[in-house]
Amino acid sequence: MARLGMVIDTRKCVGCMDCVVACKTENSVPEGFNRDWITQKLTGSFPTLSLEIRSERCNHCDNPPCVSCCPTGASHVHDYGAVVLVDDKECIGCKACLASCPYDARFIHPGGYADKCTFCIHRVEKGLDPACVSVCPTRCMHFGDLDDPQSEVSRLLTSRRNHSLLPEAGTHPRIFYLT
Amino acid sequence: MFELVSTRHNPMIDPGLHVWGYEIPLYLFLGGFVAGIMVLFGVALFRGREAQRFSVYSDLPLVGLVCLSLGMLALFLDLEHKLHVWRLYVTFEPWSPMSWGAWILLLVYPVLLAGVLLSPPAPALWFVPGLEKLSSRWKADRSKVRWLGVASVASGIALGIYTGILLSSLGARPLWSSALLGPLFLVSGLSAGAAFAHLTAKDPKESEGLARADNAFLIAELALIALFLIGLMSAGEAQAQAAGLLLGGPFTAAFWTLVVGVGIVTPLVIQTLVLTHRIVHTRVAPLLVLLGGLALRFVVVYAGQYSHWPRG
Repeated sequence: MARLGMVIDTRKCVGCMDCVVACKTENSVPEGFNRDWITQKLTGSFPTLSLEIRSERCNHCDNPPCVSCCPTGASHVHDYGAVVLVDDKECIGCKACLASCPYDARFIHPGGYADKCTFCIHRVEKGLDPACVSVCPTRCMHFGDLDDPQSEVSRLLTSRRNHSLLPEAGTHPRIFYLT
Repeated sequence: MFELVSTRHNPMIDPGLHVWGYEIPLYLFLGGFVAGIMVLFGVALFRGREAQRFSVYSDLPLVGLVCLSLGMLALFLDLEHKLHVWRLYVTFEPWSPMSWGAWILLLVYPVLLAGVLLSPPAPALWFVPGLEKLSSRWKADRSKVRWLGVASVASGIALGIYTGILLSSLGARPLWSSALLGPLFLVSGLSAGAAFAHLTAKDPKESEGLARADNAFLIAELALIALFLIGLMSAGEAQAQAAGLLLGGPFTAAFWTLVVGVGIVTPLVIQTLVLTHRIVHTRVAPLLVLLGGLALRFVVVYAGQYSHWPRG
């Protein structure tokens, strides 16, 4: 089984929010909610400041706490690419998954169920990239199988310095940021 | 310099997580309270106390049944997809404490109901006259009564611990990352159960025994709170920061005044003075214990949601 993941080059990302708009359009994300967003991290002291711009979303963790805490099995790991998904018909809206996510990547859809990034599974199953990846004007986002050593994402991870978010939380996120 | 700016502002998530309002702390308090009632009732069955006239113990299962139903109502009100609540009972997810809880709640009901049938309330006897016969036949069989006692204590402990484990399994919130939350909520529930029985007891001897038991629970609760804070402070940075919410942070006043001061120390002092015959018996102490138990759930749930891993 493939293990789909994303690699984002923070040296190329300009924070234009095209990925955010593409996601909202592709997935009809309700007004006032975001499945993906931009985070800017500024560190250092003047004049040696460092700015990292990141496009963030659900990390589709290898050890997803949102799946293990779900009382109905609505949050699950999909057969295709081990993508973490929510079955809205099975979700009771208990919000345990929202509280269990260290990235705060989930929200309650106005329809009453937990919602989040799906890696655009409906596109991926057709062989397409997620909407956010396909529209990125700087080509800073890469998507593919982390288990395939020949995939673009695997090659980028072995050739460039990178980090994931909150590795200390033990969730083994599958989104990596090239620095 | 460290500055983090995000374009995300999802409701209930940003700027700080607040997914659970009053319903969940109320549910956790009522769950713990019912757990305490069940353990006390179970122990009373062993000691034959429930059979005594005017004993407060015979009323406990009915109170438990009502409070558990109110707790489940609070839980239901918290759900965002209310019409799908039945989905809890068409699956069992072994890694989800909430799934365990849903099934434990279902097991607790028959035990409480059996307790009610053992000493049916007067209005029930008017409607179903046969109940009295059933109840006296059951009471005469001591082994059945003892088995009910075992079931009551076991399901009470499971219910009480579950209310804490539910939170401590959510590792993304560092304040809840402690296995001590289970025992803490159980002991707090026992204390609340004993306080309620104390509050409603008519027999002075029963009152005294319950005040003594409650004091023991309150001392255990203080010890567990100390261990809980020490455990967090000596764990990682995230847990230490979370403990800081109660030690100088925004939840400090509520925690130390309502939970520790009003809910534990003051009733402990009052009940000790009563038990040593320095002041007359008062119902203020058990009332404060109940208030403190409720405040503990509110502070832990609210502060826990506020706590998070250091963002970077």
